[in-house]
Amino acid sequence: MPGASDPGFDTLALHAGAAPDPTTGARAVPLVLSTSFVFESSEHAASLFNLERSGHVYSRISNPTNAVLEERIAALDGGIGAIATASGQAALHLAITTLAGAGSHIVASSALYGGSHNLLHYTLARFGIHTTFVKPGDIDGWRAAIRPDTKLLFGETLGNPGLDVLDVPTVAAIAHEARVPLLVDSTFTTPWLMKPIDHGADLVFHSATKFLCGHGTAVGGVLVDGGNFDWRGAARFPELNQPYAGFHGMVFAEESTEGAFLLRARREGLRDFGACMSPHTAWLILQGVETLPLRMARHVENTRKVVAFLAAHAQVAGVGYPELEGHPSHALALRLLPRGCGAVFSFDLKGSRNQGRAFIEALKLFSHLANVGDCRSLVIHPASTTHFRMDDAALAAAGITAGTIRLSIGLEDPDDLIDDLKRAFKVADKVPA
Amino acid sequence: MILSVDGREAYAYTGGKTFDPALPCVVFLHGAMFDHSGWTLLARWFANHGRSVLAFDLPGHIRSAGPALTSIEAMAAWVPKALSAAGVQRAALVGHSMGSLVALEIAAMAPDRVSHLAMIGTAVPMPVPQALLDLGRTDTLAAIDRVVMFSYSTLAAKPSYPGPGMWIRGMARALMRQVMNAQTGGNLFVTDYAACNTYAGGLDAAAQVRCPATLVLGAHDQMTLPRAARDVAQRLKARVVTVNAGHFPMAEAPDPTLAALREALA
Repeated sequence: MPGASDPGFDTLALHAGAAPDPTTGARAVPLVLSTSFVFESSEHAASLFNLERSGHVYSRISNPTNAVLEERIAALDGGIGAIATASGQAALHLAITTLAGAGSHIVASSALYGGSHNLLHYTLARFGIHTTFVKPGDIDGWRAAIRPDTKLLFGETLGNPGLDVLDVPTVAAIAHEARVPLLVDSTFTTPWLMKPIDHGADLVFHSATKFLCGHGTAVGGVLVDGGNFDWRGAARFPELNQPYAGFHGMVFAEESTEGAFLLRARREGLRDFGACMSPHTAWLILQGVETLPLRMARHVENTRKVVAFLAAHAQVAGVGYPELEGHPSHALALRLLPRGCGAVFSFDLKGSRNQGRAFIEALKLFSHLANVGDCRSLVIHPASTTHFRMDDAALAAAGITAGTIRLSIGLEDPDDLIDDLKRAFKVADKVPA
Repeated sequence: MILSVDGREAYAYTGGKTFDPALPCVVFLHGAMFDHSGWTLLARWFANHGRSVLAFDLPGHIRSAGPALTSIEAMAAWVPKALSAAGVQRAALVGHSMGSLVALEIAAMAPDRVSHLAMIGTAVPMPVPQALLDLGRTDTLAAIDRVVMFSYSTLAAKPSYPGPGMWIRGMARALMRQVMNAQTGGNLFVTDYAACNTYAGGLDAAAQVRCPATLVLGAHDQMTLPRAARDVAQRLKARVVTVNAGHFPMAEAPDPTLAALREALA
């Protein structure tokens, strides 16, 4: 709900944050490959460093091309601003470390991307930040897990691997009762399918590597702030409402009532951790964002056709897509994802690991690799790749069977995709179980 | 900085520096449904260039206790008391939109306390469409969106405010929502915009102002059209600077606005 104050989504995807270049007249967003930017004078330099004037100093902190991407994604997500990062994982790390430190606690959905789970469960614990995991649909569990040292709640719009739809309005309300922000990973949905901020989320991040870029050419992340969380008097967040010795005693919540989080994330997180996005990456992702509405519509349209084909196939034990009535999140999906549930889902092939492996090796159009959100269709067999160390019991606990196959549906002719799947089913059927 | 005015807490942002009342003081007065956050860059610049700065949250706005004041005259009576509480006798006044009317009224009513007057994004009188007031009464979020729609002139205000990567339309919307959520009693949207709408003494006040005056206008301002500032400019004998911006020159054109104020307050 951008409201009457913003142009439509398709217009923002093309124009937000960018105007014809005043120097060259270039209409497309220029790629500014410069580490640093010349000061007009010593006084100008000092005023930039001291946040008396707005502008670029050094591309780890900000860059003109990155700024276009940041402002554009913020506009599309209904936020106040954004920070482009080296990857989606870097965006998650930046969000957490801006608010949390040793002794802090996070409440997170248990249905997370494996990399996020690793970061929370293993790596951040090593630095004194501990996480309690709750099932995304366990509403009482979210509330019960919040502690005095909890700094944020975190979940994915569509959880991994079962595509559990996060009840963002309800979880946000629980977070806000405790005066804690809700952080949401919106990678699978993009702002075209859902704007979590409109549903109450406070912070949103994307692995821009996926649908935002859309072409499988760049790794990047974007962290967006909705600007609605009141950091002023919250005792949990001295990082934002008490003087910060690392920037001349700046009190970020006094500098900007609505922008305190992003000010600190850029002035501390990008400055000190340094996981910035390359301007070249920002430029590549911008090419994708310009066609995001068109691509997402086609991704969803193709996915629905493939899901329908698989759901009716004799060799398929089940399809995990929230638009199907049997999916546990079906009702929530209808409410929160009216445009569709994205283009990444899993289905269970009847049969053994060997049959699953044979199925994937028989595919010609689907590329076997570890990514999603490409314009090309992708496939992976978790039991023989990402989860190959697990026995069948452990796989079952993770919601994965020996025959689970994850697809990311691209923009090809859907009939060709279905023909490719038909061919693979025939090959798998000939392999001994 | 927290002050006590009429027995209630009043907040002033001091530009990131410890306030020194001995220095020449610049006072910033925000517009309707805003707070001091709109002044951050300008406040920091002046605070680091030999001035003391007080960027107030007017009563009932975020950090200053309510109730909100319901007329420009009441706000203009409040500011000198806040200055006294800070130990300031005389200051340069910089106001935006509603705040510009407050600054004008102070300059007329308390000339000994005002060294310079700068009015940004202003019009005198400042009529507010009844439809907007009605919308503010029935659907404040929609009214906020309407204000944002008319306040900005571009989808790409470089280098953005307060820094690169910020989407200033979203910033304004979020700040106004926070101001709304922090209000105590009444409908602050209606209170602020009605105060602008009913302030009838602006041109008479302008005729009484004796200090140097500057108007900083957005060439593409749809909230306060530049031509609606002609009369007040004439009465103030003001210098008029027009910048490439809408209703928020300090956000859409921060450097030209700073340049105009540096000259205005020299």
